[in-house]
Amino acid sequence: MLANISQRFLQGLLVLFVLFTVTFFLIKALPGGPFKSAEKAIPEHIRAKIEAYYGLDQPVFIQYGRQLKNLVTGDPGVSLRLEGREVTEIISQGFPVSLRLGLVAMVFAILIGIPLGVIAAWKKNTLMDYSAMALAMIGICIPSFVIGPLLAEQFSRRLNLLPATGWDPLSPSSWLLPSLTLGLATAAYLSRLTRAGMLEILNQDYIRTARSKGVGSFRLLVVHCLRGGLIPAVAYIGPAFAAIISGSVVIESIFAMPGLGLHFIKSIEVGDSPVILGIVMLYGILIILANFATDLLGLWLNPRLRASR
Amino acid sequence: MSDVTVEKSSSLWKDAVHRLQRNRAAIVSLIALAIIIFACIVLPAIPGFLQDPNAQNLPNKNIGPSASHWFGTDHLGRDIFSRVLTGGRISIAVGLITTLVSVTIGVCWGAISGYVGGKTDSVMMRIVDILFALPFLIIVILLGKTLEPITASLTNFIVDSLNKTGAATETLNKTRAWVEPITTLVPLFIAIGTLSWLTVSRIVRAQVQSVAKQEFVEAARSLGLGHCRILFRHILPNTLGPIIVYTTLTIPSVMLLEATLSFLGLGVKPPYSSWGILIDEGANRMISNGWLLFFPTLFFSTTLFALNFLGDGLRDALDPKSAKD
Repeated sequence: MLANISQRFLQGLLVLFVLFTVTFFLIKALPGGPFKSAEKAIPEHIRAKIEAYYGLDQPVFIQYGRQLKNLVTGDPGVSLRLEGREVTEIISQGFPVSLRLGLVAMVFAILIGIPLGVIAAWKKNTLMDYSAMALAMIGICIPSFVIGPLLAEQFSRRLNLLPATGWDPLSPSSWLLPSLTLGLATAAYLSRLTRAGMLEILNQDYIRTARSKGVGSFRLLVVHCLRGGLIPAVAYIGPAFAAIISGSVVIESIFAMPGLGLHFIKSIEVGDSPVILGIVMLYGILIILANFATDLLGLWLNPRLRASR
Repeated sequence: MSDVTVEKSSSLWKDAVHRLQRNRAAIVSLIALAIIIFACIVLPAIPGFLQDPNAQNLPNKNIGPSASHWFGTDHLGRDIFSRVLTGGRISIAVGLITTLVSVTIGVCWGAISGYVGGKTDSVMMRIVDILFALPFLIIVILLGKTLEPITASLTNFIVDSLNKTGAATETLNKTRAWVEPITTLVPLFIAIGTLSWLTVSRIVRAQVQSVAKQEFVEAARSLGLGHCRILFRHILPNTLGPIIVYTTLTIPSVMLLEATLSFLGLGVKPPYSSWGILIDEGANRMISNGWLLFFPTLFFSTTLFALNFLGDGLRDALDPKSAKD
C-alpha cells in the first residue's frame, strides 16, 4: 500500500512536470505578447525595457528554468497584465469563488445523479426508468450555456427568487444557479453509470439469495447493492471533478463570477504567462488529488482490487 | 451503418443490423440524423435556395418566424434559417473531421501498444495516463489559441493555388467563403483531435490484446505473415465493433466541445456561424427574441440526442454481452 502511494506520488509529480512544460511552451508560442497588444501601442525602446524588466528578453530555456524554480519555491511571480499584482494574490482572490462553485456543483451532481440512477435501475424498463434516462440524456445533450441562461430567466427574471449574476460569498442563493448549471451534466453521466452498475449487481446470484431469504427491498438496495453498484460511478468522480473544473470556466463567464476561469481566459488573450501557469498548475494539482482520492475510494468499495495489487 | 460489409462471412454484422433495426430509438435517431445532414449539406449547396447567411438587412431586423424568414431574423436582419443550416455544416464538419483525427490516432496507438506489449506497451500506456491527468479543456483552449496564426496562411494558400489554375474571381470568392470557416477551425481540429484519442486507445488496446491471443493469429503468423499485415488485416477488423460504437459517441462530445469553445469566443469567428455561435448570440437576446436561441439549440441538441441514442443502440447491437437487457 505504501509503495503504491509513493508510486502514485511520483507519477503525480511527473504529470505536473509535463503539464508545466507543455503549458510553458504553448504560452511562448502564443501569437502577440503581453506588451504587443494593438490597442495600446508601446514605443519599441520602452517595450524592450519593460520586457527586460520582466526577464522576457532572455533565452527561452533560461526563462523556463526561472519559472520552474519560481513555481517549485511557491512564488509564481507577478502578473504581466494587471500591473504590480502578485499571481498568488490573484489566485487567492479568485480561487475561493471557483472552489465553492465546483464543490457545490459536485454535491448537486452526486445528490441528483446517484439517486436517479438507483431508481432507474430498481424500476428497470418502466416509465420511471425511461423518464430518468431521458432526463439524463437532456443533461448531456443540452449545453450548460443554454441551460444556464434558461434557468436564470426562469428563476430570477420570472419568479424573482434568485440573483441572476454576481457573487456574494455570504448569500448561498447566489451560488445556487451557477452550481446547479455546472453540476447537471455530471449528474447526468453519474446517473447513467450508477444505473449500469446497479443493474449488474442486481443480476448477481447473491442478490437473488438475499431476496429469497426475504430481505426487504429498501434494505436489499441500500445494504446489499449500493456498495458494489456504485463502483463505476465512483471511478468516474475523479474525471468528473476535472470536467467540473474545466466547466467552471464557461459557467463563470455566463454568470459573471469573479473566479479563476475569467482570469484564465483574459490572461490567455494577452499571454500573461505567470498567471496562466499559476492557474493551470493549481488545476493540475487539484485533478491529481481528486484522482488519487477516487482511487482510494474505489479500493475501499471494491475488495477485489485490493487483492489483485 | 448497414454498409459496413467488411467481412464476407457477415453473420455478426447481419445479426447486428437486425438487432439495430428492432431498436426504435436508434432507428428514429438515424432518420433524424439523415434529415439534419441533408438539410445542412445539400440545401446550402443548391444555388438560390437559401438567403445569404451573412447578408445584413437592417430594415428587417428582429422579425419573428414568418413565411419569408422561417426561423426569423437576428439583430442585423440576417436570416436565421440560412444561418442555422450553414452553421450546421460547420458544426458537422468539425464533429466528423476531429473525430476522424482522434479515432485514427487512438486506434493506431492502442493497436501498437496492445500488439507489441512488454516495455513498449507500458511506456505508451504511461503516456496515456499522464495525458489523461491534464486539464483537458484548458489545454485545448491554450493550444487552439497558439495555433490561430496558421489559419490565415492556410486560407491564402488554398485560394492562391486555385488562383494559379486561372479560375474566375467569382469562383475564388465563393471558394473563400467555403474554405475560410473551415480553415479558421483547423487549430481546433488539431487541438481537440490530438487530445481526445486517449479513451479510444485504451479500448482498442484491450481488444487487440484479447484478439491477439486467438488461434487464427497464431495461424497467420505460422504462415509467415508480417506483423503489420497481421495487425491491420487480421486483428483490427475483429475490433471494429467497439471502434464504431466509440466513434459514434465521440462525435457528439466533440461537437459539444466546439460549441463551448465558440461560446467562449475561441472557435469559429464571425461573420461565419456555427451552432455554438448561434446559441451564444441567441442566449444574449433570448428574452426579447426567443427564436434566436430556440432554433439553433433545437438542431444542435437533436443532433446530439440522435448520435448518443445511435451510439447506445450500436453498442447493444454489436456487443450483445454489454447490452443493458
